[in-house]
Amino acid sequence: MSTSDSWGRFPRVEQRTRALVWRSDALPAVDGALLPHGLGRSYGDSCLNAGGTVLLTAGLDRLIDFDPATGVVRCEAGVSLDTLLRLCVPRGWFLPVTPGTKFVTVGGAIANDVHGKNHHRAGTFGRFVRRFELLRSDGSRRLCSPEENPDWFGATIGGLGLTGLVTWAEVQLSPIRNPFVVQETVPFDNLDGFLRVSAESEPDHDFTMSWVDCLARGRKLGRGLFYRGNFAPTQFERLPLAKSHLSHGSGLAVPMDLPGFCLNRLSVSAFNFLYYHLERGRPSRRLVHYDPFFYPLDSVNGWNRIYGRRGFLQFQCVVPHATARDALKELLERSARGGLPSFLSVLKTFGNLRSPGWLSFPRPGYTLAMDFANQGEKTWRLVEELDRVTRDAGGAVYPAKDARMSPESFAAYFPQRERFKAYLDPAFSSSFWRRVNPVPLPSLEGRGDAAPPASLLALR
Amino acid sequence: MKKVIILGATSAIAQATVRLLAARGASLYLVGRNAANLEAVARDATTRGAQKVEFRSLDLNDCEAHASLVERAWQALGGLDGAVLAHGVLGDQEESQRSWAAAEVVLRTNFLSAASLLTELANRFEAQKAGTLVVISSVAGDRGRQSNYVYGASKGALTVFLQGMRNRLAKSGVAVVTVKPGFVDTPMTAHVPKNKLFASPEQVARGLLKAADKRKNEVYVPGFWALIMLIIRSIPEPVFKRLKL
Repeated sequence: MSTSDSWGRFPRVEQRTRALVWRSDALPAVDGALLPHGLGRSYGDSCLNAGGTVLLTAGLDRLIDFDPATGVVRCEAGVSLDTLLRLCVPRGWFLPVTPGTKFVTVGGAIANDVHGKNHHRAGTFGRFVRRFELLRSDGSRRLCSPEENPDWFGATIGGLGLTGLVTWAEVQLSPIRNPFVVQETVPFDNLDGFLRVSAESEPDHDFTMSWVDCLARGRKLGRGLFYRGNFAPTQFERLPLAKSHLSHGSGLAVPMDLPGFCLNRLSVSAFNFLYYHLERGRPSRRLVHYDPFFYPLDSVNGWNRIYGRRGFLQFQCVVPHATARDALKELLERSARGGLPSFLSVLKTFGNLRSPGWLSFPRPGYTLAMDFANQGEKTWRLVEELDRVTRDAGGAVYPAKDARMSPESFAAYFPQRERFKAYLDPAFSSSFWRRVNPVPLPSLEGRGDAAPPASLLALR
Repeated sequence: MKKVIILGATSAIAQATVRLLAARGASLYLVGRNAANLEAVARDATTRGAQKVEFRSLDLNDCEAHASLVERAWQALGGLDGAVLAHGVLGDQEESQRSWAAAEVVLRTNFLSAASLLTELANRFEAQKAGTLVVISSVAGDRGRQSNYVYGASKGALTVFLQGMRNRLAKSGVAVVTVKPGFVDTPMTAHVPKNKLFASPEQVARGLLKAADKRKNEVYVPGFWALIMLIIRSIPEPVFKRLKL
């Protein structure tokens, strides 16, 4: 057993690790539960398996096939999006959907059914997965696609790695003409401004997202910067490739955990104020290489360490269009008021394209992501409140960024969970899954609401 | 190296080397024991841009098969100008002390089979007066230590064999490159607790290929092992034998 944590650095758990090397190998026989683990970019405990074993998939990093004519790539599940980009960008293809970091594996992108800045156009990653092989603990291997074993396909996409091990997958890439994006920045003064710019921008822009100043209150509540972009057309083809295309980020790294006093209300508000005003002053239309456009944070290795040893809690929710305005207002108000405000808050519209994944998080509406330095009770209470607002608005919270949602919330957010349960691999589990599906303790049975939330029991 | 035979192609260092060679558009002939794993490495290499990839599964301890293996690789790629010998076993020192059979496997795999393959390859390279032989030996071959002298002896013998071969082939323009990695984080060392001395297979592969490009004689990868081994080699034997190394 050794101590591990996830990208949010909270919680810390004791678990064993086993490295997987070959896709044709059987799953290792171990005591306790198994859970696939890629590059560990999930923020909470969905990539952790306290008391059990995580199967490190980093060794399953072989490419199997790439057809430059059709843009179909087949690879092992531990291949990172970074590796795929190095392969496909020079040949005129790009990831159909990419999250804000390229350091996630294909298996992880499937398990969390990740989304990107183009959700309003493309939907989730799972929509571009053509097929994959699912290895179960009983030794069976299933080819899953929308046609073959469609139930297993639907359960595994967004299935948090709990239906078995995806050994390889086939993904449809999207064509691009060059690696540069024409990016426009539009400042907006408040939430209504965001809603307006968003509605205006979506018809003509493949990629949209907004940074929100989490400290602005009153009439400025929800002010921020709207980023929109499209891959540049062919006439830009002769531009030299930026160096960042060839290297991992900028080489900047956070060398150690920053001490707690570096992050306080003053420093966070100074950062947010400066960011808003500096960016406002920049030219609003520029040509940007895809790397800084899609992966701004990847250029600082280990940026999660700025939150120090206690880590941070991410909170990402989606609220439906009907209730969005009031719900977003309340979420932003509460986060500006309570605890240490969020360093980086991101707002984006989710479109209507349905994912094939049963437990997929994205759904039509607006999504807001915030991160809060873990300051104990105070932070927990705040995030708990945000959770309640989301629930009341008929929204959902993203498991990949969660370390604390209650079983009741999970049930409310993921109505297909009962159907999903039949497809769980009996040998697989995760800290997240046990938290949101607690086995009732005999002494607590029948006491119903009197018992403290299991999420708190499990973690304290 | 444009047409390269890789022996022990499914080892972690070999796989990393295959990727680098594939990205350069080399043609590769991969040899290893497990056909399914070999195929996975071959497809990876093809997808990453190798000109041509062929593979053959074979137990390299079968020295009788070496001549025909090299002949086949020669035919498949239309000649060879490079070879990377990466197959080997770590063995278990305690078991090797208890049982000669266990020790013999280590010596046979790491030294005898390598010597046999090198003989085949060297003769052909000498005849064509060109080629690069890259062989993965080990820092463990620099001095016998109680904790792994059987493995160390197999690699030490290999290092000396390569020295002689280099001496012989120098006039033919054939490079013989001895690569001595230190600790490498691979499935071979999965059971060993890791520390700062461990290098990744990718790091070793980059060092290996750099040495091959420059036609170096002997290189330590990472380089700091040269210093460590210099110190370890210079400890006088009366002192050394009392140490617990």
